[in-house]
Amino acid sequence: MSAPVLLRAPAPLRALRRPLGAVAGAWLGLVVLAAVFAPLLSPYGYDIQALKEAYQQPSAAHWLGTDEFGRDLLTRLIYGARTSLSVSATAIAVSVFCGMVLGASAAWFGGWFDRAVTVVVDLTWSFPEILIALILVAIIGPGTTGTMIAISVAYLAQFTRLTRSQILTLKGETFIEAARSLGAGNGQILFRHLLPNTLAPVLVSAMLATGDAIILEATLGFFGLGAQPPVPSWGGMMSAGSALVFKAPWVILFPGLTVAITVVAINLYGDALIAALDIKSRLRRGA
Amino acid sequence: MTALLEIERIEVAIGTLRLLDGISLTVDRGKILGLVGESGSGKSLTALAALGLLPLIGGRVTGGAVRFDGQDMGTMSDAQRRALRGRRIGFVSQNPMTALDPVQRIGAQIDIVSRLHLGLNRAEARKRTLELMTQLRIPEAAAVAESWPHQLSGGMKQRIVIAMALAGDPDLIIADEPTTALDVTVQAQIIQILGGLVRDRGVALLLITHDMGVVAQLCDQVAVLYGGRLAEEGPAAPIFAAPAHPYTRALIGCIPQDDMAKGTLRGIPGAVPGALDFPSGCRFHPRCPRASDLCRSEVPVLTRQGPDHIVACHHPEGAA
Amino acid sequence: MLSWLIRRVLMLIPVFLAVSVVIFSILHFIPGDPIDNLLKIGSSPTARAEMEARYGLDRPLPVQYGIWLSRVVQGDLGTAIVARRPVADLIVQALPHSLRLGGLALLFSTVVGIGLGVVAALNRDRWPDRAIMGGVLLGSTMPGFWLGLILMLVFSVWLGWFPVSGARSWESLVLPVLTIGLGGTALVTRVTRVSMIEAAERDFVLLLHAKGLSPLRIQLRHVLRHALMPVVTILALRIGWILGGAVTVEVVFARPGLGTLLIKSLSQHDYPVVQACLLMLAMAVMLGTLLGDVLQALMDPRVRAALA
Repeated sequence: MSAPVLLRAPAPLRALRRPLGAVAGAWLGLVVLAAVFAPLLSPYGYDIQALKEAYQQPSAAHWLGTDEFGRDLLTRLIYGARTSLSVSATAIAVSVFCGMVLGASAAWFGGWFDRAVTVVVDLTWSFPEILIALILVAIIGPGTTGTMIAISVAYLAQFTRLTRSQILTLKGETFIEAARSLGAGNGQILFRHLLPNTLAPVLVSAMLATGDAIILEATLGFFGLGAQPPVPSWGGMMSAGSALVFKAPWVILFPGLTVAITVVAINLYGDALIAALDIKSRLRRGA
Repeated sequence: MTALLEIERIEVAIGTLRLLDGISLTVDRGKILGLVGESGSGKSLTALAALGLLPLIGGRVTGGAVRFDGQDMGTMSDAQRRALRGRRIGFVSQNPMTALDPVQRIGAQIDIVSRLHLGLNRAEARKRTLELMTQLRIPEAAAVAESWPHQLSGGMKQRIVIAMALAGDPDLIIADEPTTALDVTVQAQIIQILGGLVRDRGVALLLITHDMGVVAQLCDQVAVLYGGRLAEEGPAAPIFAAPAHPYTRALIGCIPQDDMAKGTLRGIPGAVPGALDFPSGCRFHPRCPRASDLCRSEVPVLTRQGPDHIVACHHPEGAA
Repeated sequence: MLSWLIRRVLMLIPVFLAVSVVIFSILHFIPGDPIDNLLKIGSSPTARAEMEARYGLDRPLPVQYGIWLSRVVQGDLGTAIVARRPVADLIVQALPHSLRLGGLALLFSTVVGIGLGVVAALNRDRWPDRAIMGGVLLGSTMPGFWLGLILMLVFSVWLGWFPVSGARSWESLVLPVLTIGLGGTALVTRVTRVSMIEAAERDFVLLLHAKGLSPLRIQLRHVLRHALMPVVTILALRIGWILGGAVTVEVVFARPGLGTLLIKSLSQHDYPVVQACLLMLAMAVMLGTLLGDVLQALMDPRVRAALA
């Protein structure tokens, strides 16, 4: 390796060249656009109640039907995308940052710090994310903040582990020796050589983790611990919908379908990205 | 009397790559044929072809025939071919460290052969296994039979592999570089054992090796492979005395002698070509001291050099 | 081997302690007075004084932890605020339901997953393989609770084959077990398939063929044994995942169990119950990983030798 393998601009686009990657990428693009331009795209306001129109089946006026308060489901779905995506993405972003810092420090400094980090990481790694998230929500309380922090912490171990093992492997590679012999200092080595090369597998891993995070966020929302009403979230919508499963099954069906398709799309696109970047072996080593 | 194993002008391919091109050799009953060549010459492929196991590595026979005891293996059913393996043809593989199933005890791995092919029951099979192990000089056979592969040394493991090959009472043993992965001292022991098999049991042996010295010690017949083609084949003594193919001569010259002066180990310049860059004409011509324009353009055909002695060369030694 | 086992079990203790510290501190991280958080609103001063004395809430934190821990170890998990019964009773009531659910789901995932994985590996790259792997992709990316809801929708609401909720009969177990089980199956199938393919390419398999054994026998009796080892390990490590799934599914299907108890008490701010449930679940995860290690040692003589 002579130059850092950053996410070169073509790679995410190259992933789109594969058929599955293209379809997945298209869906994801659609969801992101919907989330960003929610007010422009939604036909109604998300908390406009019209009790006379409650429990309506999908129709021309309401493409996805209405819920128990007569609120348009499509609108709530679009705004829900905003909540779910922003919470998950932010949480993962924070988790990646902290995980990289922790993992890189542990790998770089070694010694007791490394041992301590490894012990904590191994401990948390065998616990299901949902459990960790529940513990944190128990402490912080329900709501978007709590969910965000819970998700961040739940995935921290994964990124710490990945970064640490990537840096440990890279530390021993010849191009680092070469850089050192050319007079590069520790800081230079860490920031100009090691970290950029760790970026690719970590970022792809982060992307796939976002998919899991969306599920986690929806699960917490389903338990009533996520975004509180009237802010719509996919999980919250399904929670309300479960009581209506006989009367208005579409209330549960559509948010769930959206979550499922979005997560599948993230996974498919992620696979295409891994193939385009050709880092499959590096990911397997680090996970 | 028909030869035991007859490989006739066999062509083997993996995918679109033709790896063996017109190899012929015969192994007679109770005789040892040494199949020699450097790594990459196609020796192991020949072994797999003889066993009918090419599909395991994605290969197939695209021409020629393999005949065992007069029967064409290509026209046999899978079951018939399987009936030969272990029962009439035994196989000794190259790397004893990975040849044995790590989660099965030693004895069971040998028992299965006699139970499957000779119809012995558990007790009889175990008795036979212990006898074989003792004959192969494995100390404390009963204890070893109950132990696990990782508890044995390389040399011991290879003896077990030989025992597995013998358990079905085969007529032919194919040994693919049986000593390459072993220490030098152990190598000598294994060679001795293999030689003894032929002497004492009348088992024929197809010995695949890159070591000309071993061939000189043991073999009745020699076949020399280069780049997927047969270079020379015939009885060992005449070939060692007067090798016809320049490659054979070079290989013989590489055998270290006791009285060699320091720094005189010989090698053959160049390297064996891979299947993707086979040279035109005679595949050995880039490394051959006797190469001519004819060698570069035309593939040499196998010609008779003496009784049972054939060579594929445009300028064989001992000829004009 | 026995000494390794003992050492391994002893290693659980520091892990348990660490987790218990975190769970203990929940009560002290939440806003508000711990005493208020332990009692129902509007409790009498005597009740407050009693609570304070019981948990030593006026003493320094480490002492409080010690008191709490010693009580936990003796089986006193405190008193539920809402139900006003010993938490231990609630746990004892809920636990069997969760165990039954989790256990059956694990069994289902293992059996079906290994079966599908073997079929996929034996038919590599042909249509059964592709079909199975397609199903695996779906199964691993679908949110567990949504799958449960869909199953409920189709089989309980529309077809009426199974009850929607509750735990009155064995029929009520089918959909919940299926929900968790299908997700677990996806994982087991994937791992089984990969390890079968990898195991089949190992050297000793060539020799097995050379001995004249039938290919099917080789795959099922020899290759599979090797392939199962990573599967067992992965399963044991993912016990936590199955438990997480159980929590979710219990809520979706309104079944009694540790999960429902936990979520309900979370929203009710019934902290003694929350702590006890989390503790139980954490312990289950640790025991699961221990079981995985033990099984791996049992299956591989090389590991046994290394541990002896």
